[in-house]
Amino acid sequence: MEKIKFERVTKKFLIRDDQKKGALREFTAIQDIDFSVKEGEFITLVGPSGCGKSTLLDLLMGLSRPTKGRILIDGREIDGPGLDRGIVFQQYALFPWKTARGNIEFGLEAKGIPKSEWKERADHYLDLVGLKKFADRYPHELSGGMKQRVAIARSLAFNPEVLVMDEPFAALDAQTRETLQAELLRIWEKTGKTILFVTHGIDEAVYLGQRVVVLTANPGTVKKIVDIPLKNWLEDADIKSNPKFVEARHEVWSLLHESEFIGANI
Amino acid sequence: MVSIKKSVGYIKKSKLHKQDSQLHFLTKLFKSSIVIILFLFIWEFAPKLGIVEATFLPPFSDVVNAWWELIKSGELWFHFKSSILRSLFGFLLALAIAIPLGLIIGWYPLMRDLLTPILELFRNTAALALLPVFILILGIGELSKVSIILFACTWPVLLNTISAVKNVDPLLIKSARSMNISSIKLFYKVILPASVPTIFTGVRMAGTGAILVLIAAEMVGAKAGLGYFITYTQYNFLIPEMYAGILTISILGLIINYGLSSIENYFSRWKQ
Ligand SMILES: Nc1ncnc2c1ncn2[C@@H]1O[C@H](COP(=O)(O)OP(=O)(O)OP(=O)(O)O)[C@@H](O)[C@H]1O
Ligand SMILES: [Mg+2]
Repeated sequence: MEKIKFERVTKKFLIRDDQKKGALREFTAIQDIDFSVKEGEFITLVGPSGCGKSTLLDLLMGLSRPTKGRILIDGREIDGPGLDRGIVFQQYALFPWKTARGNIEFGLEAKGIPKSEWKERADHYLDLVGLKKFADRYPHELSGGMKQRVAIARSLAFNPEVLVMDEPFAALDAQTRETLQAELLRIWEKTGKTILFVTHGIDEAVYLGQRVVVLTANPGTVKKIVDIPLKNWLEDADIKSNPKFVEARHEVWSLLHESEFIGANI
Repeated sequence: MVSIKKSVGYIKKSKLHKQDSQLHFLTKLFKSSIVIILFLFIWEFAPKLGIVEATFLPPFSDVVNAWWELIKSGELWFHFKSSILRSLFGFLLALAIAIPLGLIIGWYPLMRDLLTPILELFRNTAALALLPVFILILGIGELSKVSIILFACTWPVLLNTISAVKNVDPLLIKSARSMNISSIKLFYKVILPASVPTIFTGVRMAGTGAILVLIAAEMVGAKAGLGYFITYTQYNFLIPEMYAGILTISILGLIINYGLSSIENYFSRWKQ
């Protein structure tokens, strides 16, 4: 039950050449990324800044095209954006002129859902993220954590099969982040979506993911995919001191830091 | 028993609250009008006490009397009407041209880069400096007046619209595009609403500019309008009437500014 398949995906950008003035040169952001994601899997991606995580997600969302290779969803090659995938950005990307409800309805309209169903759906998903009372607030009247909940509700409401998240909790304080992590796991269990989650936090990657994809930079490639042998996250309140968690965390940490020592930029 | 007491307490409280807010309103009114009242007071008594020459600055009450006579005779209304019609016509025409044009230019980077320098040049050419040209080509009739207002109003609206479209948060565009919406929908569901506040800043600048240019144009060559009325009364030494005309222009300016900023607030209510 393979949901997403990255097949030797390479993305190059044309950038200004530092040596020759006015000239352009190719810059390889990611190279030969090759892995697949199972249906209903929660997979996290970690890697140094600039290693091409956002670039990879753009490709998956169909917002840009790979230079080489291809990405398949359910065996079909991606050829543009589509509502089978939903994305949540770090900076929320809510439409500031629309209320929380209006933002959710934007996606429903895009999906072509009849207007008569909008209210019920929006209410349902606002309830799911605990914001029922805030339906008619504008984004500037919401806290960062609330905005991110609205963004999550917006992406879930049009019922995509794949949920893509680009450092969604990075701008939040530690406590809000933990709450939202647990909520996300609960939503994942409830909806059974396939989730691709990019993060800078090793703890977050190991806590959320069933597998953690560790990337290296220049160019971005997959270094290793680490299996996280943990179940029942939600029941175990102190899961982060579980020896298995600590071990997995250490492995991801070492993988990330090996490459940095080689770069000797610390 | 308890509940009655409670509700009595509540009534007392709300009465107190009402008095409080009334008091608050009065202090606010006082603060915002005291200096104006003082100003009118000085205007009234400085000429009467001979501190300034009453022929050149008649007491405020004389001006009000002249004003009242002008309103009764319908003369002021006649000039007011032709001024407001000209400025409204030029202003609305400018919006109808500049907003759609600005949206299009802003949307295409090549057009934007090619046209912005010349548009900046036009914007920074004081419309009044071109007044002789307009009169030369279009005569001293309505056409030249409406045209110069149109000219003056177009540039701020056009340039603001272009920069509004250019500066729409790319993340919002990305977010909308990820939901697979068409370019047309992207335009009027995302680009347009995101641009409205900046466009409106331009509209308000145009509104202020419209009055300024109008009055000046009417002073130079016209047979009706508030600008004409002011120069006419000055030549004929109808000084209280002249001040009445000037005050009318102030009020006109205030109304336009207030009206535009209310509309602006309405459209930007989602901003902090
Ligand atoms: N449109 C573009 N044109 C040129 N270079 C680009 C473009 N987009 C990204 N890059 C480059 O590709 C590399 C990867 O960028 P990307 O944003 O994917 O990194 P990232 O892993 O998401 O980093 P971060 O963790 O900081 O968000 C960077 O070196 C960046 O400069
Ligand atoms: Mg990124």
